[in-house]
Amino acid sequence: MTGYLIKNGRVVDPANRIDEVLDILISDGKIEKVGKSLSNGGCKAIDASGKIVGPGLVDMHTHLREPGREDKETVASGTRAAVKGGFTSVACMPNTEPEALDNEGIIKRLSGIIKKDALANVFVVGAITMGRAGKKLADFKALKKAGAIGISDDGSSVDDEKLMSEALALAKKEGLLVIGHCEDRSISDSGVINYGLISTKMGLRGIPVEAEYKRVERDIELARKAKAAIHIAHVSCKESVDIIRKARKAGVEVSAETAPHYFSLTEDCCVTYDTNLKMNPPLRTKEDAEAIKKALKDGTIDAIATDHAPHTDSEKDVEFDFAPFGILGLETALGLAVTELVEKKVLSWSELFMRMSASPARLLGIDRGDLKNGKAADIVIIDPGKEYTYTKDSIASRSKNSPFIGWKLKGKVSHVFVAGKLIDEVLADR
Amino acid sequence: MKLKEKTKILDKVSIERTLERLAHEIIEKVKAVEGIALVGIKNRGAPLAERIADKIMDIAGKRPPVGALDITLYRDDLTQVAEQPVVHATEIDFNIDGIKVILIDDVLFTGRTIRCALDALVDFGRPSQIQLAVLIDRGHRELPIRADYVGKNVPTAPKEVIEVRLSETDGKDEVVLCEKV
Amino acid sequence: MSKHFVWTKKDLLGLEYLSREEIEFILYTAASFKEVTTRQIKKVPALRGKTVVNLFYEPSTRTRTSFELAAKRLSADVINIAVEASSVKKGETLIDTGRNIEALKIDIIVVRHGSSGAPNILAHHVNSSVVNAGDGWHEHPTQALLDMFTLKEKLGRIEGLNVSIIGDIAHSRVARSNIWGLTKLGAKVTVCAPPLLIPEGIEKMGVRVTNDLDTALKGADAINVLRMQFERDAALAFPSKLEYFKQYGITAERLKKCKKEIVVMHPGPINRGIEISSEVADGQNSVILEQVTNGIAVRMAALYLVAHARPTGTRGGEKPL
Repeated sequence: MTGYLIKNGRVVDPANRIDEVLDILISDGKIEKVGKSLSNGGCKAIDASGKIVGPGLVDMHTHLREPGREDKETVASGTRAAVKGGFTSVACMPNTEPEALDNEGIIKRLSGIIKKDALANVFVVGAITMGRAGKKLADFKALKKAGAIGISDDGSSVDDEKLMSEALALAKKEGLLVIGHCEDRSISDSGVINYGLISTKMGLRGIPVEAEYKRVERDIELARKAKAAIHIAHVSCKESVDIIRKARKAGVEVSAETAPHYFSLTEDCCVTYDTNLKMNPPLRTKEDAEAIKKALKDGTIDAIATDHAPHTDSEKDVEFDFAPFGILGLETALGLAVTELVEKKVLSWSELFMRMSASPARLLGIDRGDLKNGKAADIVIIDPGKEYTYTKDSIASRSKNSPFIGWKLKGKVSHVFVAGKLIDEVLADR
Repeated sequence: MKLKEKTKILDKVSIERTLERLAHEIIEKVKAVEGIALVGIKNRGAPLAERIADKIMDIAGKRPPVGALDITLYRDDLTQVAEQPVVHATEIDFNIDGIKVILIDDVLFTGRTIRCALDALVDFGRPSQIQLAVLIDRGHRELPIRADYVGKNVPTAPKEVIEVRLSETDGKDEVVLCEKV
Repeated sequence: MSKHFVWTKKDLLGLEYLSREEIEFILYTAASFKEVTTRQIKKVPALRGKTVVNLFYEPSTRTRTSFELAAKRLSADVINIAVEASSVKKGETLIDTGRNIEALKIDIIVVRHGSSGAPNILAHHVNSSVVNAGDGWHEHPTQALLDMFTLKEKLGRIEGLNVSIIGDIAHSRVARSNIWGLTKLGAKVTVCAPPLLIPEGIEKMGVRVTNDLDTALKGADAINVLRMQFERDAALAFPSKLEYFKQYGITAERLKKCKKEIVVMHPGPINRGIEISSEVADGQNSVILEQVTNGIAVRMAALYLVAHARPTGTRGGEKPL
C-alpha cells in the first residue's frame, strides 16, 4: 500500500469544523481516514507532533507569466514557489504577455505546460475581454471548455458598464467566477503610490482610494442588477471593505480577497523609493490596514490571495515612476499571515485555513480545501513556532521582487502533499 | 586622544612678556610699521595677532592691520584626518599686495600648517615679503620652513603635545607641555 | 556653531533627511565659502584631485553652471553628462549609468532627474557621493539651502521668521525642500496657491495653507515666489496666465501692503508678468541675484562636506523599512 500516516499533528480543517490532535492516513492520493491513533498499515509514518496539519493552501490570485514571459516566472518555478509557501493549488491570472488567456488555444497550450511542469494544482482564469482591452467579450463557453474556472481582466477593469453587465450574466450561465480588478483609470491615472501625505512628501503621483472603491461600488451594483456573483480582487482600503460589507448584508452575492502586503505594510514604507513596494492597488494607511484585518476576522473579506506578481530585477531596478507594479507573494503569504494575524491574535488557525484554503477553494468551485475522507490529499504541515528569515537566496520563484527579504517570519512549512504525493525536494531546508 | 599634563611652560605673565618681546623684535626688524600687516592663523594665531598688534600700537603709536586666515581648505591631509575639520571664514579685509605680511601662529611644529598658510595667502595677493612669528617652536620640521620670530624654543619628544590656551579661545592664558596617553 | 561638529553623510539627497544641526552646519560652512568667492583668486585646493560629474536628465543651465563653478572653485575636475529625456526609458538604466560613471573613478555625482527619488535609488547603488540637484517634485536641497542662506544673511536669523511660499506647491521640489528646511530651523511657513495646486496632506508637514495671496503676504518677513510652469502640470489646474497674475502675481501694489523690509526670493528663471512683475523682480526688496551668487557658496559647502564624508560616510536618505 502506497501512502503516508501523518501522526499526532494538530489537524485544523475548518470545512469540517475540526481542530484537534489527530492522525491522517493518506493513500492513493486521497484522504483515507482522519482519526485518533490510526495504525499505519504499512504506510510511511510522519511525526507531526507540535505541528499544524491543514488543507493545502489555495491561492486564487497568482501570475505565473507563462506562456510568454518565462524570464519572470514559469509554471515550474511558480508552482515550486507555491509549494514552498504551503500552497497546493493556485489560480493563474490571464494577463500573460504578449498574448492574454482569452481563447481556447492558448489555454490548452498552457494546460499542456501545467500537466508537464506543475508541482501544484494550477487552475486557469481566462480573460473577460479579448486582449483584456475592454472592447469585446471573450468566448466564455470556449474558455470554460478549455478548462477555465473563472474570468478576469486582472490588471485592468472593464470600463464599459454594458459590457461588464453582459459579462456577469454570461459568466453566471457558464458557472464561471467573475473576478473584478477594481480600478477606475480615469482617477488613478498615472499614479504610483497611495494619494496622501506620503505621495506629497515623496513628490510622486498619487492613486486615490476613490479609484478603487468607486469601481468596487460599480461592480457590485452591476452584479446586483444582473443577479450574478462578483469577486473583488485585492481589496486595499477601508472604503472598499465598508461597501462590500454593506452589499453583502443587502444580499448581493459578493466575495472579496486581500493580499498579505495590505495588512503587513503601509504607505509609510515607501519612503525609501524601493520599487519592491510599488504595487497596484498601492499600500495604504495604517487605518486601512486595520480595516483589512477586521474584515478578515469578520469574514467580509473571504480570502487572502497573494497577487504573486514576479518581475525581473532589470524591470524593477529603475526609477520608481518607471517600475512595474507588483511583488512576489507565494513564499511569504503564510509567514506573513501567521506572523501578523495568528501571532497577533487577529485570526485563529482555523480562521487562517478558512481564508487561505477552504474559502478560496469554495469561491473557485474547486474540490479542495477540505480534509474529509475521500478528498484529494492536498495537505500542508506547518511548524507554527519556528522563526525563519526570508532570504533572497531561498526564493524559489524566478524573480526576486519582494520587500520582505530579510524579514523574520513565523510558521514555516515543513511538509506539503499534493494529491498524496510528498513534494520533498522543494522543502529541503525544513 | 587623551592628554596628560607634564609641565607648564608659560603662564599668563610670561605669555604677555613674550608677546611684548616679539612686538619689539618685529618693529626692530621691519623698521617702518606703516608697511606691515599681521595675519593670524586660525584658531589661536588669530588672537595672538590681535595682541601683538596692540603691543605694537603701545610701542610705536600705530596699529598695523590684522587679519585672520583659515587654512582648512589648503591642508594636505584632508582625507587622512579622522575628524573632518570645520571650515571657518578667513577675514582679511585689506589689500596685501606689496606689503610685508607677518604670519602669526601659536606653535611651529612640522611646518605643514605654514605651508598651507603660504598657499592661502598668495591667493589673496602678492605681498612684498612674508615673515613668520610663533609663540612656541617645538622642532620636528618636515618642510624647509623656519620662523623669523620665536617666542620660546621648547625641545619636545614626538609623542608630546604643546597645548597653547588663550583667554579668547580657552578662557585662560597658559602653555602646557602634555603627553599622549 | 560647534567647532567639533562632524559631517557624516556621503550623500545630500534632501532636507527631509537632515537634522537641524546638519542644515545649520552646511549654512555655517557656506559662509566661509562665500568669503572665498569674494577673493581675487576665487579658488581653493580643497577638492584638488577629485572629480565631480554633473549627471543631468533634465536640461538646466543655471543649476548645472552653479554646481560646475562650485566644483571648479574647489579645484575639482568637472564632467558634464546630459542625458536626453527621450532616451531614459529605452536606453541604459539609471543604475547602470551610475555604475559606469563610478568606474571612471569619480568622487561625486550631482544628479538632476525628472523622476522623484531617482537620486535616492542612485545613491543606494553607488559608493560615490550623490548630490541631488533636483528630482521630480521631490526635493531640490541646494536651492532651499541657498534660499535659507540668503534669508539668514538678509534678516540675521531663520528662527521665528514668517516665510510664505507662493505658487505651484503641488509640483514644486523647491517648495518641499524649503518646507523641510525652514520648519526644522523654526520658521513659520505658509504655502499659498490655487486649491488644485495645494498637494494632499501638506498641512501635516507643519505649514499653514491658504488660497488667498493677501493672507500669505500679511505679516510675512519673506516670500519665495515659485516659477509657474504653464507648459507642464500647472496648466491643468490654472489655465490662464493672465488670470494667475491677477490673483497670485506679486506686484509693487501688493508689496506696498507688506512689511517694508520684506525679502522677495525666486528660484529662477523668472516669468515676468506671470508670477512676479518686473518692478518687483528688479526692485529693492528682491534678492534674486544674491540668491544666484549664494548658490555657489552653498554648493561648494555641500560638495566639500559630502566629499570628505565619503570614505566612512553613511548613505543619505535611507530609513529602515
